[in-house]
Amino acid sequence: MGRPIRFLLDGEVRELSDIDPTLTVLNLLRYHLRRTGTKEGCAEGDCGACTVVLGELEAGRVRFRAVNACILFAPMLDGRALFTVESLGREGALHPVQQAMVDLHGSQCGFCTPGFVMSLYAVQREGAPTDTASLKDALAGNLCRCTGYGPILAAGQAMGEAPAADIAQALAAIQPAEGLVLEHRGRRFFAPRSADELAGVLEAHPDATVLAGGTDVGLWVTKQQRALPTVVSLNDCADLRYIEDLGDALRIGAAVRYADAHPVLAKLSPEFDGLLRRLGGLQVRNLGTVCGNLANGSPIGDMPPALIAAGATLVLRKGAVRREMPLEAFFLAYGKQDRRPGEFVEAVIVPKIAAGRIFKIAKLSKRFDQDISAACLGLSIGVEAGRVTDARIAFGGMAATPKRATACEGALSGQPWTRETVEAAVAALAQDFTPIADMRASAAYRLEAAQNMIRRAYLESGGAARVLDAEAVAYG
Amino acid sequence: MADSGGATRLLPVLHAPIGHDSAPRHVSGEALYIDDIPEPPGLLHLYVGQAARAHARVTRLDLTAARAAPGVVAVLTPADVPGKNDISPFAGDDPLFATDEVKFLGQALFCVAAETLPKARAAAALAIVEYEDLPPLLTADAAVAAGSFIEPTQTMRLGDARAAIAAAPHSLSGHLQVGGQEHFYLEGQVALAVPGEGRDLHVWTSTQHPTETQHILARVLGCADVDVTVEVRRMGGGFGGKETQSVQWAAMAALTAKLTRRPAKIRLDRDDDMVMTGKRHDFEIDWRVGFDGDGKLKGAAFEFASRCGFSADLSHAINDRAMFHADNAYALQTAEIVSHRARTHTVSNTAFRGFGGPQGMMAIERALDAVALSLGKDPLDVRLANLYGVSGDLTPYGQTVTDAVAREIMTELEASSDYRARRAAIAKWNAANGHLKRGISLTPVKFGISFTTTYLNQAGALVHVYTDGSIHLNHGGTEMGQGLNIKVAQVAADAFQVPLDAVKITSTRTDKVPNTSATAASSGSDLNGMAALNACEQIKARLSAWSIENYGHSPVFTRDGVRMGAELLSFRDFVHEAYVARVSLSAAGFYKTPDIHYDRIHHKGRPFYYFAYGAACSEVVIDTLTGENKVVRVDILHDVGRSLNPAIDLGQIEGGFIQGMGWLTTEELVFNDAGALRTHAPSTYKIPTAGDRPDVFNMAIWQPGENRENTIHRSKAVGEPPLMLAISVFSALTDAVASVGGHKVMPNLDAPATPERILAACNDVRRQSALLGSAHA
Repeated sequence: MGRPIRFLLDGEVRELSDIDPTLTVLNLLRYHLRRTGTKEGCAEGDCGACTVVLGELEAGRVRFRAVNACILFAPMLDGRALFTVESLGREGALHPVQQAMVDLHGSQCGFCTPGFVMSLYAVQREGAPTDTASLKDALAGNLCRCTGYGPILAAGQAMGEAPAADIAQALAAIQPAEGLVLEHRGRRFFAPRSADELAGVLEAHPDATVLAGGTDVGLWVTKQQRALPTVVSLNDCADLRYIEDLGDALRIGAAVRYADAHPVLAKLSPEFDGLLRRLGGLQVRNLGTVCGNLANGSPIGDMPPALIAAGATLVLRKGAVRREMPLEAFFLAYGKQDRRPGEFVEAVIVPKIAAGRIFKIAKLSKRFDQDISAACLGLSIGVEAGRVTDARIAFGGMAATPKRATACEGALSGQPWTRETVEAAVAALAQDFTPIADMRASAAYRLEAAQNMIRRAYLESGGAARVLDAEAVAYG
Repeated sequence: MADSGGATRLLPVLHAPIGHDSAPRHVSGEALYIDDIPEPPGLLHLYVGQAARAHARVTRLDLTAARAAPGVVAVLTPADVPGKNDISPFAGDDPLFATDEVKFLGQALFCVAAETLPKARAAAALAIVEYEDLPPLLTADAAVAAGSFIEPTQTMRLGDARAAIAAAPHSLSGHLQVGGQEHFYLEGQVALAVPGEGRDLHVWTSTQHPTETQHILARVLGCADVDVTVEVRRMGGGFGGKETQSVQWAAMAALTAKLTRRPAKIRLDRDDDMVMTGKRHDFEIDWRVGFDGDGKLKGAAFEFASRCGFSADLSHAINDRAMFHADNAYALQTAEIVSHRARTHTVSNTAFRGFGGPQGMMAIERALDAVALSLGKDPLDVRLANLYGVSGDLTPYGQTVTDAVAREIMTELEASSDYRARRAAIAKWNAANGHLKRGISLTPVKFGISFTTTYLNQAGALVHVYTDGSIHLNHGGTEMGQGLNIKVAQVAADAFQVPLDAVKITSTRTDKVPNTSATAASSGSDLNGMAALNACEQIKARLSAWSIENYGHSPVFTRDGVRMGAELLSFRDFVHEAYVARVSLSAAGFYKTPDIHYDRIHHKGRPFYYFAYGAACSEVVIDTLTGENKVVRVDILHDVGRSLNPAIDLGQIEGGFIQGMGWLTTEELVFNDAGALRTHAPSTYKIPTAGDRPDVFNMAIWQPGENRENTIHRSKAVGEPPLMLAISVFSALTDAVASVGGHKVMPNLDAPATPERILAACNDVRRQSALLGSAHA
């Protein structure tokens, strides 16, 4: 029923119909199209062996994004161009990215290699910077167990630019006039093309799974083997893909991906830059959305503590009815958010950080890049005449939901901004949280490190502290 | 064809930095891994049913619903095994499917063969299993306390260490925990079995040990070795994790193919792979050393307890290697090394790059850091003073070290890394900085090369020269990314003085070269390079005899062709003439390592043909409020003898170092109280990313290197030794933590040094420093 999924592959228009709506692009490639260059390393978007590149038409320009095929559902290809390692070159006629990888010994066992090639290809097509720090960010979502990465980084610097066919016209030609409606063995997939349409579909299917980037929902399928009866994607709602400057705040639409929010949020505070660089790999940030990270209500999501501290407001919509709430009020209990059947997160409003406020985000994880937080702090403190006017402190990873530290905040408010006050606030943090122990950290470490992150924020606010990451980067 | 991708093929091929032969296919996605092979018609897909308990009696296993599920063709249990239900390398304690008792959480109980993988998986979930729980032993300590071992405790002695330590002017002791490590090869375990006519079975599998796979499959199937052919073109990473642990899955595919007469494939997904396959052994280490006022050792006593898991696997040899490397590069003078091999109700731990050596070395390096701190000396000076070649030459196992070069390498690295000035600068920086502290360390590696099970040190090769001059090269080693095939091809091309692309690299097959050893113990190019050279020399000897007879001259193989006196023929014409003259142009080569022997009862002998050396200097910075840390600079100097291929060797050095760094920092295996692995995917188990590689990474091959033994073109093995260069990172982190207490208190830092452990160690140093301070007041 309905029209087929249409996408570009190697310059040709491909059509898919009557497919399992949650068939992953990885399995589509490997087992349906027999393009086996794209590999499965983890099926959860954490290793990058399955990296492919999506070309998307945005404001008349084609954007190239590296994404994880293992958690990308095939209907999400609709209206896009797909590039796989086979799209580049073959032995004897290699693409410059591939040739650089060969010349600089960037492959050993070769299994992760196609994924690295595609991540580098996206860098090249986007014309993104290729200094070492930028390449490390671009490749943080690709794991290699053999090389130690040096040769791959060197290849990224040597790959140069490559002439490539402009696919804007070809992409324009396959842009659908209407949304996608798939039905396959009783399971449905909707990809409406506007917020209004989305609101209508969700009212009609209040129990549907709402899909944004799929970096979480994808795992429900690949890791939990769940058969999702109805999926409603907001990926193709162009009118949800906006960041509006409201003067004293930013309004970020539901379809805005981390990668697009990153530079804008970084302007609000460099703290956001530090956080977003470490949030997933680039493949995850190229699909995952800011609002999705809020809507899924994970206790260890990285955006909630930072945005709660910033005083963000969530906009929910059901049909034509909208309601707003402070972000922290949305998280009711573990796995339970204040979202009603048929309702969806339409936007988040992030106030700008007022000049002079102390604003800190601190993420703590075993590995610096692309890891899940053991604890994550968002802190925003107003200080006037040496006295704390107000404090907003929130943590992820410390409770069943992202949560404000009200006792800690209370110990700060109205007090002089001194070490003694901070010590009192840090002591009060123990009333706010009884963290759990898991594979990421013990309960005691979570609490102590959380307390120390607040102490460190105090030290940094006085300019007395150095920052670890900056030290390492500055070393060379 | 070996494709170096450029002009290098015109240059001499030996000792040249030639790229990996498969690189053009890796980067284009054309390199075929087993799951990429076009699926044969009628293929069945397998999914394994796992035990949900660490230790229990299975009181009910009802597979009725699984058998009746859509798409299911067979459900295999121990009752379906025609031969022996055992896939162990030698001990007989590793069932293909658990029978009445399960011994670790995740152990295979049965497997479902179905038309598709999702159907097999869905059917497996329908099995009804009931258990009667038995008490599990989950840690090495618990097993040692309960007397649960895979073999009796082993002891290695040199002199009377206890007396020497007691008589020494100073002594110190301590305890160190060293965590395990998941291999995290990017390509998970996978096998494809295709039945042929009669009893024939062809098995493609991602394994480091085709021969053992063949033999065990024959044992499981109840057929002869000759009925089973095992083939390996390449692995997507191995690191030891596919030496024995690949066999079980190949056996399930083979059993399915035999019983159903249909092709069968099994591919473990990442979570199942991590839960069901063994890892590097975690160790509990007690150490005690006696030393003089200069930090020179008088004796060392080590007591190791390792978690072997539920079966022996290769744990005997792995723990032996830990004992062999408890001295690392140092003359201990006297030694007592005790090794407990704990049998636990966890997955059976196995080979992993270094094979116990890394854990052994951690003990002495920790001890020397402690000695230096207690004497207020630079740890580098204590290390230099105790080296073989400086302080003695007799190992605890009675082998005399005759090739000690650690001192030369370390002093060269000390200068090139500017170690002394940087240590001084770090002390100053630490004094001036609040919560960030730096640390630095320069540590050596001495790694014994040879399988310590002496008979394994043999290899075979098969070389055919065709009449057009092209050469088919086959050998018993397997390619897992380490560049073995290109190195052996270089040896063959050099032997005949032909371009590298005249030599075709072919997949490893048990029907071409039989009775091989695993590609392991860093031995791949040492053994197979020699075997291939032997095959080439046999052919050359026949050609020479014919040439003398025919031309009156023995042939000289040159890059311009084959010269016989004044006569010059192209290699192609030369071998074609030889063929017409009925000269055999095919040979099976063989090699066995000379001069090695080992008496395992007394732990004495010469287990190693030679030693590979290296040294690394690492600098780190830690955040003493959170334990977060970064490696900011690494300098490496490593000895590979006369490198067969510097490009490949540098790749092994860097890759090994970063893998070792991961083991000692971010890679943490967490089991819960029920024995379930909680870190079974990259979301929870964190191997290094590109960002963890320091921007300042200076690495060089030690130029004077030349193997004193007659190895293949005087090269040295390189696969494992560089991993242990990363102990410098752990030692540098320890140094940074020690600075919290002004280097007065030895940190109690265990591995992996996660932020949590670093913060705990900092806190411990702060507490102890405070006590010291109040005691002095």
